[in-house]
Amino acid sequence: MGFHLLSPSYCCGYQPSPPISHGLLRFRPVTGIPKPSPKGQLHQSRRASKVLAYYGITTPPYKLDALEPYMSQRTLELHWGKHHRDYVDSLNKQLVKSPLYGHTMEELIKVTYNNGNPLPEFNNAAQVWNHDFFWESMQSGGGKLPQGGVLQQIEKDFDSYSNFRDTFVESAMALFGSGWVWLVLRTEEKKLSVVRTSNAICPLVWGDIPIIALDMWEHAYYLDYKDDREKYINTFMDNLVSWHAATVRMLRAEAFVNLGEPKIPVA
Amino acid sequence: MALRAIAGKKTLTLGLGFGPSGAAAAASFPGLGSGLHARGLVTFSLPDLPYDYGALEPAISGEIMQLHHQKHHQTYITNYNKALEQLEEAMTKGDSSKVVHLQSAIKFNGGGHINHSIFWQNLKPANEGGGEPPHGSLGWAIDTDFGSLEALVKTMNAEGTALQGSGWVWLALDREVKKLKVETTANQDPLVTKGANLVPLLGIDVWEHAYYLQYKNVRPDYLKNIWKVMNWKYASGVYEKEVA
Repeated sequence: MGFHLLSPSYCCGYQPSPPISHGLLRFRPVTGIPKPSPKGQLHQSRRASKVLAYYGITTPPYKLDALEPYMSQRTLELHWGKHHRDYVDSLNKQLVKSPLYGHTMEELIKVTYNNGNPLPEFNNAAQVWNHDFFWESMQSGGGKLPQGGVLQQIEKDFDSYSNFRDTFVESAMALFGSGWVWLVLRTEEKKLSVVRTSNAICPLVWGDIPIIALDMWEHAYYLDYKDDREKYINTFMDNLVSWHAATVRMLRAEAFVNLGEPKIPVA
Repeated sequence: MALRAIAGKKTLTLGLGFGPSGAAAAASFPGLGSGLHARGLVTFSLPDLPYDYGALEPAISGEIMQLHHQKHHQTYITNYNKALEQLEEAMTKGDSSKVVHLQSAIKFNGGGHINHSIFWQNLKPANEGGGEPPHGSLGWAIDTDFGSLEALVKTMNAEGTALQGSGWVWLALDREVKKLKVETTANQDPLVTKGANLVPLLGIDVWEHAYYLQYKNVRPDYLKNIWKVMNWKYASGVYEKEVA
């Protein structure tokens, strides 16, 4: 799910020039393409040019009213259309003056996390990724029980699905302030685990593989649930979480983490 | 032992039962405990607001004020009391790891209680003087330390907008050097966590629950409007007492 900078759809018509000796890719305007541009016109000099966009906003894989009545269309409109979009726009603005382009989103998060001393771009980058991951962690008709390989792994690592569910809910309730709750596959311990993170932090920075995420920032639930976090969390578990997405992610994760005998999840 | 448990439980429910209709004495002194256990543990109850929920409109909606006071602040108090009881028990048993483990819950919930108690005093309906700029010594101090009231407001709004996640933005007095400062704290950390010499004059809650229902994601609008109901008299009172 990384954003690839050379993809034309994100480059708005710019093409990379041949690599310069110090390895930095620079984007040059392609001549002859009519485009409404601000005062930095299409010029053909070899000086560094202004890049218009690095990362784009992805849309949730469902219409904005698809999660009703558990997550209202209004919430999606604001949460995705304003909050998520703001993070993307802010990140792009920051990157104009920064030497950090050329990364996929996941690389960018690890680089800007800077081993615990996050750079200013971290918050925006991580929140862009987190929200993409969050939309894809939900689906209409979600909730119910995981199946196949995911269920087996949950039962192995938590003793039972209901143990896992209780752990997840408790962790979310115990979060102080803004943050996220995750089901991750820990790459070192090779097992599933529930973790909670503050603000924008994402388990990618520790090299773990997220499987499911729940946004516990107040803007995620306040319009629909006001201060009733418990109801929000339970509704997420019962009606929104996409175990299909979790299965796909587990499949991919098993390419990186050896979980023992080969398991062929029945999706 | 059983007697103490009964006495403790009874006074605890008494303490929590005060709610908005009682605890008038507690309202005048934010943070004063009003429940007493047999062993002397002081617990806390929700202070009254000195104005109606709707009195701060249109700057802050009545719906937000009611939820903020009756739900959020009350929850902090409930959990603070719970943590304090558990702390007392752990201290009696000499259970050091439990004592230390409880500190984050105490800082969060206790901080939430302290901060919100100050916050309600920081606000005043516009027709009762809310929004009137500070006069006297605080006014001069603001001009000295920030150049003008507008510059201070601009700084606080900028800091408040830039704050990632949840937290507070404060106008603080450094009581040692007698200078005003703008500070931010994360989550419910009280101002003292930024410096033992810092006295809170004004605090603005920038947790999303403080404005989301009305302003949605536009935190800058909330920050712009809250100055219309700011209670500078309270800030001046605290300031003058400190520098006297």
